[in-house]
Amino acid sequence: MSTSAPPTSEVSTLTLREAHRQGLRNALLRDERVFLLGEDIGAYGGCFAVTMGLLGEFGHERIRDTPLSEVAIAGAAIGAAMNGMRPIAELMTCNFSLLALDQIVNNAATMLHMSGGQFNVPVVFRTTAGGGRQLAAQHSHSFEPTFAHVPGIRVLAVATHEDARGVLQPALDDPDPVVLFEYPRIMTLEAECPDEPAVVDLTSAAIRRPGNDVTLVTYGVTLYTVLQAAKILEEEGVDAEVIDLRSLRPLDDATVLASVARTHRAVVVEEAWRTLGVGAEVASRITEEAFYELDAPVARIGCAEVPLPYAKQLEDAAIPQAAQIVAAAHRVLHHG
Amino acid sequence: MVDEREPASGDPHRRGRRTAEELLPADELVQLLDADGVRHEHPRYTAEVGDDALRELYRWMNVVRAVDRESIHLQRQGQLGVYASGLGQEAAQVGSASALADADWVFPSYRELGVGMVRGVDPVRLLHLNRGTWLADHDPHEHGFAPPSIPIGTQALHAVGFALGALFDGAPIVAVTYLGDGATSEGDTHEALTFAGVMGAPVVFFVQNNQYAISVPVEEQTAAPTLAHKGVGYGIPAVRVDGNDVLGTYAVTREAVDRARAGEGPTLIEAVTYRREAHTTSDDADRYRPREEVEAAEARDPILRMARYLRANDLLDDAAEREVQDAAARLAGEVRARLYDAPHGDPRELFSHVYVDPTGHFEEQAALLERELGERGQAPR
Ligand SMILES: Cc1ncc(C[n+]2csc(CCOP(=O)(O)OP(=O)(O)O)c2C)c(N)n1
Repeated sequence: MSTSAPPTSEVSTLTLREAHRQGLRNALLRDERVFLLGEDIGAYGGCFAVTMGLLGEFGHERIRDTPLSEVAIAGAAIGAAMNGMRPIAELMTCNFSLLALDQIVNNAATMLHMSGGQFNVPVVFRTTAGGGRQLAAQHSHSFEPTFAHVPGIRVLAVATHEDARGVLQPALDDPDPVVLFEYPRIMTLEAECPDEPAVVDLTSAAIRRPGNDVTLVTYGVTLYTVLQAAKILEEEGVDAEVIDLRSLRPLDDATVLASVARTHRAVVVEEAWRTLGVGAEVASRITEEAFYELDAPVARIGCAEVPLPYAKQLEDAAIPQAAQIVAAAHRVLHHG
Repeated sequence: MVDEREPASGDPHRRGRRTAEELLPADELVQLLDADGVRHEHPRYTAEVGDDALRELYRWMNVVRAVDRESIHLQRQGQLGVYASGLGQEAAQVGSASALADADWVFPSYRELGVGMVRGVDPVRLLHLNRGTWLADHDPHEHGFAPPSIPIGTQALHAVGFALGALFDGAPIVAVTYLGDGATSEGDTHEALTFAGVMGAPVVFFVQNNQYAISVPVEEQTAAPTLAHKGVGYGIPAVRVDGNDVLGTYAVTREAVDRARAGEGPTLIEAVTYRREAHTTSDDADRYRPREEVEAAEARDPILRMARYLRANDLLDDAAEREVQDAAARLAGEVRARLYDAPHGDPRELFSHVYVDPTGHFEEQAALLERELGERGQAPR
């Protein structure tokens, strides 16, 4: 495979897309019960070219192009998992994953409960979220909070190279259904990666930039916007800590609370809609658990609460931008 | 089906139910015009169209093709975000759309520019969707042309519901939904066919089998002998037609629409054609299909065969051909001129069409955006 590093080097430069692909490839190599199913994942290489080349290496049995039915992809993956397989189901975008919501929410998430603990469902669903590529309201929404609302599944937002390569193994090893969100907007982002993928912990948040003045909490694609904002703040002499929640269910409160105990200020940023979003949950947990640590109310930034527009400048207006995060940081820093 | 109980006599829902034999589609494609432009008779489907109407069908196919080609160019020049071409599908679209009455309604997918144009929709207004300036900018009510559906298959259910509304009103309106071969695998489509069959809704399911759903060929989409055979399972009569034959598609659609209007229920039409361009402008079709296949499809070109037929019957000469091509080029040029560098909307339009009656909370959001735009240094336009 072109994406596997030459054996001599210890690091190689990978795009995020290649990192995702390596994760899939490693999973396929490691366990023959693992197979992929989804729309156009074979010769076409997947909607966002993540599975490109896997068909040639693993064949049609394990890289299965399916008929055009999200509900069948999800439902059949559940059935296969109940029979000992380790399916990785691709749902092109989380907008289209909604067609499979009955299978994921009513079935995968409840099977253990409804079967009195007799059937667990070790299935992995991969889907994509986020705008910024002018794909309009029916391809670009951020439904991480919708899924994270549901007990019985794990939900992860996979935004870094390390996570992209390392998340599948623990996700497949996990006995319960896991939903992974990937982000088309950053697929071409490059990073130096060690040959040996890191082991990713499914349950913890990651501090992507340590800091002491203000805590910026985020997940998914906005991680990079937040890091950009942190850089601007750094130039102003503000030392921001950036937390990538990564796991949205379960939420790693401890990392967030420990940070807020140091900085006393928090801004929560996400590309999903603000109302009833992950940011709302994080903000209320901070209020519940660390109210007396706070020097300012928690600030929240999310997508404008409209269907995400197709027009470039409308889309930009709707999606959180670095300047907005900086302004919110200023507000919590200069509160009162 | 083994009947475990007697059907209630006089049950209106059971009227017009057909047996499996009656429902089995014919093996042969309906074809009134072959690839050489030779006209054939069909015992059931006759295209009763006069000379002017024949020329009109020809003109439409050419105009649609010219605008389609221009749209691809506009996308290449960064004027459209993405565009899904209907190259090769002109007969399926023009023939079927020409069979509808003004009061009928179309529930299209994203590939139906040709259908929209025949319905009288200004193509610039449809292409604004691809440009991202506005969404559905045409008047759906004026043209009986609903906003194109992007999630696959979902519009089929809307057509059924719309048709049920027409039944309820006693209005002689037929709803026609356009679907791709891939769409026939979606749950929504299956459920729409089920509903329409049971309720006898005045709906025509017009499936353009263009052989591919992005990269997946139709043989991998279904194990059914043909897409038309699926009708049997829903109790819906189905017909396969040569989708490159504008007279054939006109004739079968006309019959289906007439029957629906007469209270005889839904029809499933499979128009067998070929998508000659890539799925959209952002896809490279060489990854999954051989070039020779596309070349073979060119030999079955819908416009070419109609030209041959018209010329053989003295309905088209060089001068008339030039006129058609000039008119097509003129319209394409107009489309280009009106779309090129068309202004984009103001960020404040973000909130324009989310609720009919925006709530107080919504105004708060708009105020927030106003503040944030200021914070980003994004000046109002
Ligand atoms: C529910 C849903 N799933 C997936 C997609 C992504 N997608 C866009 S077009 C397409 C293929 C559709 O094929 P077909 O129905 O044959 O229509 P065609 O594009 O050939 O006209 C797919 C899978 C979508 N738009 N909606």
